[in-house]
Amino acid sequence: MTYIAKPPLHHPSLEKNALGFTRRDYEGRISTLCAGCGHDSISAAIIQACFEIDLAPHRLAKFSGIGCSSKTPDYFVSPAHGFNAVHGRMPSVLTGANIASKDLIYLGVSGDGDSASIGLGQFAHAVRRGVNMTYIVENNGVYGLTKGQFSATSDKGSKAKKGAENKDSPIDLVMLALQLGATYVGRSFSGDKTQLVPLIKGALHHKGAAIIDVLSPCVAFNNHVGSTKSFDYVREHNEAVNRLDVISPRAPIRAEYAPGELKEVVQHDGSTLRLRKIEEEYDPSDRNAALGYLARKATEGEIVTGLLYVDPAAHDLHDSLNTVDTPLNKLRDVDLIPPVSALEKINSGLR
Amino acid sequence: MKPTDIRNPDYFHKVVDCQWACPAHTPVPEYIRLIAAKRYTDAYLINWKSNVFPGILGRTCDRPCEPACRRGRVEEEPVAICRLKRVAADNKEDSVAALMPAPAAKKNGKRVACIGAGPASLTVARDLLAIGYEVHIFDGDAKAGGMVRTQIPRFRLPESVIDEEVGYITRLEPVLHLGERVDSLKAFLAQGWDAVFVGTGAPRGRDLKLPGQAECAANIHIGIDWLSNVSFEHIHTIGKRVIVLGGGNTAMDCCRTSRRLGGEDVKVIVRSGFDEMKASPWEKEDAMHEGIPILNFLNPREFTHENGKLTGVWFTKMHWVEEGGKKKLVPSGEPDVHYECDDVLMAVGQENAFPWIERDLGMTFDKWDMPVVDQVTMQSSIANVFFGGDAAFGPKNIIWAVAHGHEAAVSIDLLLTGEDVKQRPGPGVTIASTKMGIHEWAYDNDPSLDHRFRVPQVEPEVALRNVKVEVEKGFDPLLGFKEARRCLNCDVQTVFAADLCIECDACVDICPMDCITFTENGEETALREHLKAPALNLTQDLYIADGLKTGRIMAKDEDVCLHCGLCAERCPTGAWDMQQFYLEMTHAGCSSAPKAKPAPQPVGAK
Ligand SMILES: Cc1cc2nc3c(=O)[nH]c(=O)nc-3n(C[C@H](O)[C@H](O)[C@H](O)COP(=O)(O)OP(=O)(O)OC[C@H]3O[C@@H](n4cnc5c(N)ncnc54)[C@H](O)[C@@H]3O)c2cc1C
Ligand SMILES: Cc1ncc(C[n+]2csc(CCOP(=O)(O)OP(=O)(O)O)c2C)c(N)n1
Ligand code: SF4
Ligand code: SF4
Ligand code: SF4
Ligand SMILES: [Mg+2]
Repeated sequence: MTYIAKPPLHHPSLEKNALGFTRRDYEGRISTLCAGCGHDSISAAIIQACFEIDLAPHRLAKFSGIGCSSKTPDYFVSPAHGFNAVHGRMPSVLTGANIASKDLIYLGVSGDGDSASIGLGQFAHAVRRGVNMTYIVENNGVYGLTKGQFSATSDKGSKAKKGAENKDSPIDLVMLALQLGATYVGRSFSGDKTQLVPLIKGALHHKGAAIIDVLSPCVAFNNHVGSTKSFDYVREHNEAVNRLDVISPRAPIRAEYAPGELKEVVQHDGSTLRLRKIEEEYDPSDRNAALGYLARKATEGEIVTGLLYVDPAAHDLHDSLNTVDTPLNKLRDVDLIPPVSALEKINSGLR
Repeated sequence: MKPTDIRNPDYFHKVVDCQWACPAHTPVPEYIRLIAAKRYTDAYLINWKSNVFPGILGRTCDRPCEPACRRGRVEEEPVAICRLKRVAADNKEDSVAALMPAPAAKKNGKRVACIGAGPASLTVARDLLAIGYEVHIFDGDAKAGGMVRTQIPRFRLPESVIDEEVGYITRLEPVLHLGERVDSLKAFLAQGWDAVFVGTGAPRGRDLKLPGQAECAANIHIGIDWLSNVSFEHIHTIGKRVIVLGGGNTAMDCCRTSRRLGGEDVKVIVRSGFDEMKASPWEKEDAMHEGIPILNFLNPREFTHENGKLTGVWFTKMHWVEEGGKKKLVPSGEPDVHYECDDVLMAVGQENAFPWIERDLGMTFDKWDMPVVDQVTMQSSIANVFFGGDAAFGPKNIIWAVAHGHEAAVSIDLLLTGEDVKQRPGPGVTIASTKMGIHEWAYDNDPSLDHRFRVPQVEPEVALRNVKVEVEKGFDPLLGFKEARRCLNCDVQTVFAADLCIECDACVDICPMDCITFTENGEETALREHLKAPALNLTQDLYIADGLKTGRIMAKDEDVCLHCGLCAERCPTGAWDMQQFYLEMTHAGCSSAPKAKPAPQPVGAK
């Protein structure tokens, strides 16, 4: 951390978005994480994404569990709503809030320990229910906050700082999310904002469970030779399958490209995901093919990144439950409590 | 782009915008920090070494540093660099003189003459006396100080300040020949000086010589002559209605002085528009604050008079026209206007005049009848005759006179020690890390958000009563502290070590000003547009470093860096370090000093 607050002074050319906010208006308090932590770059990417999609800060609800990663919602979009849950329990708290107040934009921020170790069950159920949320796992392969024990996403054979080797099989949260029915799945790297920012923007626009696994090196405990989650290792093995551009619902769409070069996907809210292929055979609309591809690449030791799967017409938990349009927390007593006559009607039917 | 050579002292010197812009290259941020630390004497000495007249300049400097100051690009107004200098001068200890050089114990036997006792000559004298030269100073006036004493009105600069700072030079025991005008350079050179410095200024005020002028000459005065007569207390009053012709700083001094000598209806009338006037914005502001209107686009045509007494001036209205792509000021064709007045002060420019330099002496003069002088060495076409100050290239200001004086002294010393005057000594440079702990630096890195403070002034009613009442009260120590904290410490440089960088982006993310980008290399114009924030200020360099693992470059736009050190605090590997860069110009007597080059060493270096 630093002692001084980040000065409000800014570059003279700093732009404003449609709401009249600058990127700096989406910042939070100064980070208390270790200098150089990948998580801080992800916060910067979230700030950039919220700014670019003209998100009104009060429409965002931030949720997290426990861990360095889970501390970060304090470091972006200060005016947003937020809830810091106990370890691994963020998904159910987010689900509850989402059920009660469907008109907010839900952002869960978690770690690989928070989501793949203690919170695996919670993670799985929030995804399979299709909670409308953006769920970012800041994946560093260790429990950073408790000083670097291997987490459940740590690769078999990856070495700890003092040389101990991880003997357990890793959980791949991307593959898990695909199996569990997530409708927007991406993977990225904290050190590549050109890839990460559009992925977050697309996820915030997505209706349904959007999961982004972001490799985020822990400079203090997992950035050494022998680790498979270090800056150098991730850079060497990163294989992006596509490049994404996100066009907001109201922005004019210009088609100035050769057919076949780009694939455009219009999401539920009218936003357009414009995908430029890098890997010819990769098709992000085919869940099973994606799973096969990812499994194959994982055995080759490659880290596949990009928008890996998207179903633009997805349904979310509210669709399944068939809730009313009005957020439940805005329903008045008269809407919720039937009159005595209604009770009598029921009772008379039972007589 | 090529990687930046930070070993070239010019690179980091340019980052210190104020110091780079100062003709004498005063180490501004260092003295400002010393003021904030209440070390006024030390702050004064840094100034004194570099610009010789801190108390005088702290009240009167043309302050080329301020338009250059980075703070002006970061928020609205630059740091009040000039007036902070005065805080050092006002609050220093009396013992300061003991810290200055004593008269040279041993003379080197060389005799140098300075003609004129203005700031240029006094600087030459100070630099050379301290290292053993015998320096003689000649001036037609009875006191040393030049136009600083004769022209700058007392309400801007009390005479006691001039006496004090001229005194710091005379205590080095020059031989003073006051009241002695030099009338012939030929005769003077025949006296066998080892070197001669000409610092005679630009003493002649321009005269418009308009119709009617001769008939009422008693009421029409040349501005600079009139001002010196006021300074010498030969003149104590002026008519109630005064017109000042001209738009420069002399005009501003004339009108404000008139207000103090009985002028009630004082106007400044200028040929050009308000924005094109030569006077500094603050001089115009001060004049208007004293109830003096400035009328523009009026060209004086003729004086009107009655019974040998001036009654007014006729003016032709002017406007700008485009002619062959150039803007020209021409009569607008509207009817002429007449303004009544009792006295006119003409402040329409100053000229050099060298009637006392014989043209058959072998000295080369150019087509404007100005001696040809080398811009760097200040040498004339006669090897041992040097020029400086207003005498060299026309009227400028005190700080330029001082800068010329230093360079001329270096040249004289080189010449008289048998060296090549063209081989200039490099500046003295040091660079050292300011890191004291993980988040601790040897300077206050938290930028102040205060806007520029105004210098308190005495009430106009009091100020206008007496020409000797100083208008500005100066910053008191507390205001001085607050203003000093506005300085961004531009001399504390962000020094980058590519071999330590792991490209984690932490510095990019934290930087409040979006200065830092890691990117593919490219050609400068394209690169400038594709940085995190566009680098459109071409006067500011990009700091480029290669040698990163990904093959990208680090590009830092120096333009609006706050020198807040957040990049260095967030860097996990110490690839950024905040290093104080101290540059001092080399003055006479140090010319054999090795050409110093900084060798930045990041503290985290393996
Ligand atoms: C009204 C007015 C206000 C000004 N205000 C400012 C200001 O606020 N800030 C600023 O920076 N600058 C100001 N200036 C400009 C500044 O005064 C000069 O630029 C500066 O003094 C030049 O210094 P110098 O050493 O070249 O010569 P000068 O100061 O002009 O000194 C030259 C000296 O040489 C002497 N001399 C000339 N010829 C001979 C000779 N033949 N023999 C012997 N002696 C001779 C003169 O008597 C004079 O004393 C002002 C000028 C004027 C006219
Ligand atoms: C119920 C409970 N069990 C254990 C802990 C101790 N604990 C705190 S953070 C953490 C691991 C966090 O790891 P991760 O989610 O990967 O976050 P990181 O710090 O790596 O970003 C653990 C086990 C706890 N706070 N609460
Ligand atoms: S902020 Fe300070 S160091 Fe920077 S240019 Fe201004 S006065 Fe000089
Ligand atoms: S010192 Fe570093 S963080 Fe601060 S403005 Fe300059 S480059 Fe940015
Ligand atoms: S914070 Fe340090 S290591 Fe990280 S990118 Fe910046 S200079 Fe490199
Ligand atoms: Mg972790």
